[in-house]
Amino acid sequence: MTNVMKTNVIKKIVFAMMVSAIGTGSARAASEADYVAAYAAAESANREAGRLRNQWTVTQTALIAAKKAAESGNFDQALKSAQEAEALAKASIVQATSEKQRWKDLEIR
Amino acid sequence: MTVLRLALGLGFALGLVASGVAAADKTDPVTEAKAFQQFFVKKFPKVAFDDFVNGPYSMNEDMRRQWEDKEQFPPYEFALEAGKEMFGKPFKNGKTYADCFPNGGIGIRQTYPYFDDKEGKVITLELALNRCREANGEQPYSYVKDEMAALTVYMAYTSRGKRFEIKIPDDPRALDAYEKGKEYFYTRRGQLNFSCASCHVQSPGERIRAEILAPALGILNAMPIYRSEWSGMGTISRRFVTCNSQTRAVPVEPQSDEYRNLEYYLSYVSNGLPVSGPGARP
Repeated sequence: MTNVMKTNVIKKIVFAMMVSAIGTGSARAASEADYVAAYAAAESANREAGRLRNQWTVTQTALIAAKKAAESGNFDQALKSAQEAEALAKASIVQATSEKQRWKDLEIR
Repeated sequence: MTVLRLALGLGFALGLVASGVAAADKTDPVTEAKAFQQFFVKKFPKVAFDDFVNGPYSMNEDMRRQWEDKEQFPPYEFALEAGKEMFGKPFKNGKTYADCFPNGGIGIRQTYPYFDDKEGKVITLELALNRCREANGEQPYSYVKDEMAALTVYMAYTSRGKRFEIKIPDDPRALDAYEKGKEYFYTRRGQLNFSCASCHVQSPGERIRAEILAPALGILNAMPIYRSEWSGMGTISRRFVTCNSQTRAVPVEPQSDEYRNLEYYLSYVSNGLPVSGPGARP
């Protein structure tokens, strides 16, 4: 086997290992630690939305669903709901921020 | 010299532009209220000005007929009787609500909310009622429940036909409250991305599900209202809280600065329209 062939084989193995590692990572069941981190991020974003006086009811619903799933040991669902809550909270922050100026577009003049 | 002239000229021109921008941005509630009313008058040329206080009934003939039939035995009648009794019943210290309000609280609805220069904030009728209770050693009522609704039903009823005369005193804080109320009115919120104006400026007369949306002009003149949807009476606070929830926004606290300012703005732009409350809505 030439050096070039050896290098190519090694490259293929490394690539296969990387693909395998990514595949394993995405299929891995969520842990309690994953949920706790996602929930904390969601809560933090929702607190910011609260500071802007613009929380959404659906964010609260997702946070409650995350907590409930975690309590029943379903960390996959808990993680999913927490991530959804964070996305919703972040959207409410974007809304509050952009509306600081955009509300004027609707004003009757 | 020429350079100096140019510089001076440019500076003067910029100054004019800057002051022009400032003038354009300066709030003029009188002009704004006029534009607000004109918008609805032009949008609904067949609706008589005073009829805007009747909300969806001014926009839909079928609904109007049903409402006129319903008014033979109005659904707010029980609340009116209860409110009258509550209003006249002395507190434990012997005083009554009448002691807290000008003209004994009769026929004064059209002057609320007002701007209190001592506090530097807007005082709504609901807030004034609870402050009256607390000043006389009584517990405040919930702003979204029946007792508060009944009291305001009675006070609105004694003011029927009187035209809104909300004042903005010459006080920058009052103007700021009006401006903040306007901002709240037009600001989109909730997951549905709706502002108050999305429904009550852009779409009055249109259906949202089974309901016909009321115009913002005169919308508070009919408050408080009996809503068939609630199977009961609702205060202005309840209406604001419900509107926010319906857009999937978390409502702020009843009688928070935001809602007080919103009520101030919405009432001011309806100046000149008569009190029609208590009202009834589907």
